[in-house]
Amino acid sequence: MKPSSPAMAGEPSANYNFAFLDEQTKRMIRRGLLKAVAIPGHQIPFGSREMPLPYGWGTGGIQITASIVGPDDVLKVIDQGADDTTNAINIRRFFARTAGIATTERTDRASIVQTRHRVPEKPLRAGQILVFQVPTPEPLRWLERREAETRKMHALAEYGAMHVNLYEDIARFGRIAKSYDYPVLVNGRYIMSPSPIPKFDNPKLHMSPALQLYGAGREKRLYAVPPYTEVKSLDFEDHPFRIERWTEACALCGAGDSFLDEVVMDDAGGRMLVCSDSEYCAERRAAGHRGKAAP
Amino acid sequence: MAMPGIADAKLAPGFADPGRDSQRVFRAALAAMAEPGRIATLDLRLQPTPPLGLAQSALALTLLDFEVALWLDGPVAPAADYLRFHTGVRLAARPEDADYCLIAGPLPPLSSFKAGSEEEPEAGATLIVAVAGLLGDGPWRLKGPGLPHEGRLGVGGLPADFAAQWAQNQRAFPRGIDLFLCAGSRLVGLPRTLTIEG
Repeated sequence: MKPSSPAMAGEPSANYNFAFLDEQTKRMIRRGLLKAVAIPGHQIPFGSREMPLPYGWGTGGIQITASIVGPDDVLKVIDQGADDTTNAINIRRFFARTAGIATTERTDRASIVQTRHRVPEKPLRAGQILVFQVPTPEPLRWLERREAETRKMHALAEYGAMHVNLYEDIARFGRIAKSYDYPVLVNGRYIMSPSPIPKFDNPKLHMSPALQLYGAGREKRLYAVPPYTEVKSLDFEDHPFRIERWTEACALCGAGDSFLDEVVMDDAGGRMLVCSDSEYCAERRAAGHRGKAAP
Repeated sequence: MAMPGIADAKLAPGFADPGRDSQRVFRAALAAMAEPGRIATLDLRLQPTPPLGLAQSALALTLLDFEVALWLDGPVAPAADYLRFHTGVRLAARPEDADYCLIAGPLPPLSSFKAGSEEEPEAGATLIVAVAGLLGDGPWRLKGPGLPHEGRLGVGGLPADFAAQWAQNQRAFPRGIDLFLCAGSRLVGLPRTLTIEG
């Protein structure tokens, strides 16, 4: 693939190994990734390295991207759907500097999309890789604090506690109240955290043509979902999984099918709902779509 | 064991550009595992080291180092010095102790390799097996993660009861072993989730 937006591409810095990580670390992560793909949804420990930014800023995702990226890749990075936030810009710049690769804001031009807490609205295609930054890889952690126990629960597929937890929501609120990091069952075997994406994005993980790789830097875990793999959001027959819906459309582009963020406009209670996916919104506006607050 | 001097061993060179070449080979391996049965061809300037084929050499140089143990079957045993020099890998005496196995002779029973545990299935071995031939439209019918439709594959040179052995490997999920089948510069991945019929 030819770099499409050469603005940030260039020669990688001579002071670092390609893509920052040393080859030994990349090999260790690569071996883990191959096993992760072979055992979909299973968390694999890895020797997470100290990165030049703190835990919580995407060190797991960055280490995965650094281990897979090559000079011909085109990288897109989003943070809560936006290409233009500090975290997203910094990670793109990090790889532009240390690997000299091209970066883009367009999903369809990217070969690798690293993401914090969203899946792009635009459908991904076969051959693309989606890298998730994960804070808490263990979906059972809120039910069981002991790592030795949660490992055993996964080993035995002993997931009753998770269903009880969801049922307690129904008993208390009349519905499953979890709205993000909504647990999924991968390929009928492992319960997996999809990272804190809104449950709105969960259906996009199911049978996705793109390969999904997940990295948790602080928790030192990686896992994966191969393309075209069953990813089922947990639910009950009488309380089926539902994604969130809005009564309004995006105030800028008028989209009624995207995930909306609520933005506080003033201190008098003024609010605006806009697309969380900045690329999707901008593209729609460029095509002439207008929301009710569009200039 | 006496180590021959480097000059005596006449070792073939490894990757021309180790960082870049291993990244390309890894992506091919990752795609092979993510899309089982699709035959990838490595376009790589690497002098194959008989008895290893090009894809076998490339995968070994990409994945092995001092952190893992490697078992070599009889026919590829002459590659031991080459692999130890270029990767620093530890050699395992028995297949059940190895994380990676390079095989060019008859494939031993799959039950002789490490399958990992229920808690750590990732400890299951990866076999890098030389086969007589790979055919994209063969008699095997493939199903499983990575495949939107039924895939097809033909493999020459595997034991006659391979499909039955593989079914047993699959039943042990999440424990199990994963295979790369290599023919010259071509390779195909068989993750433990794959169903093979025919």
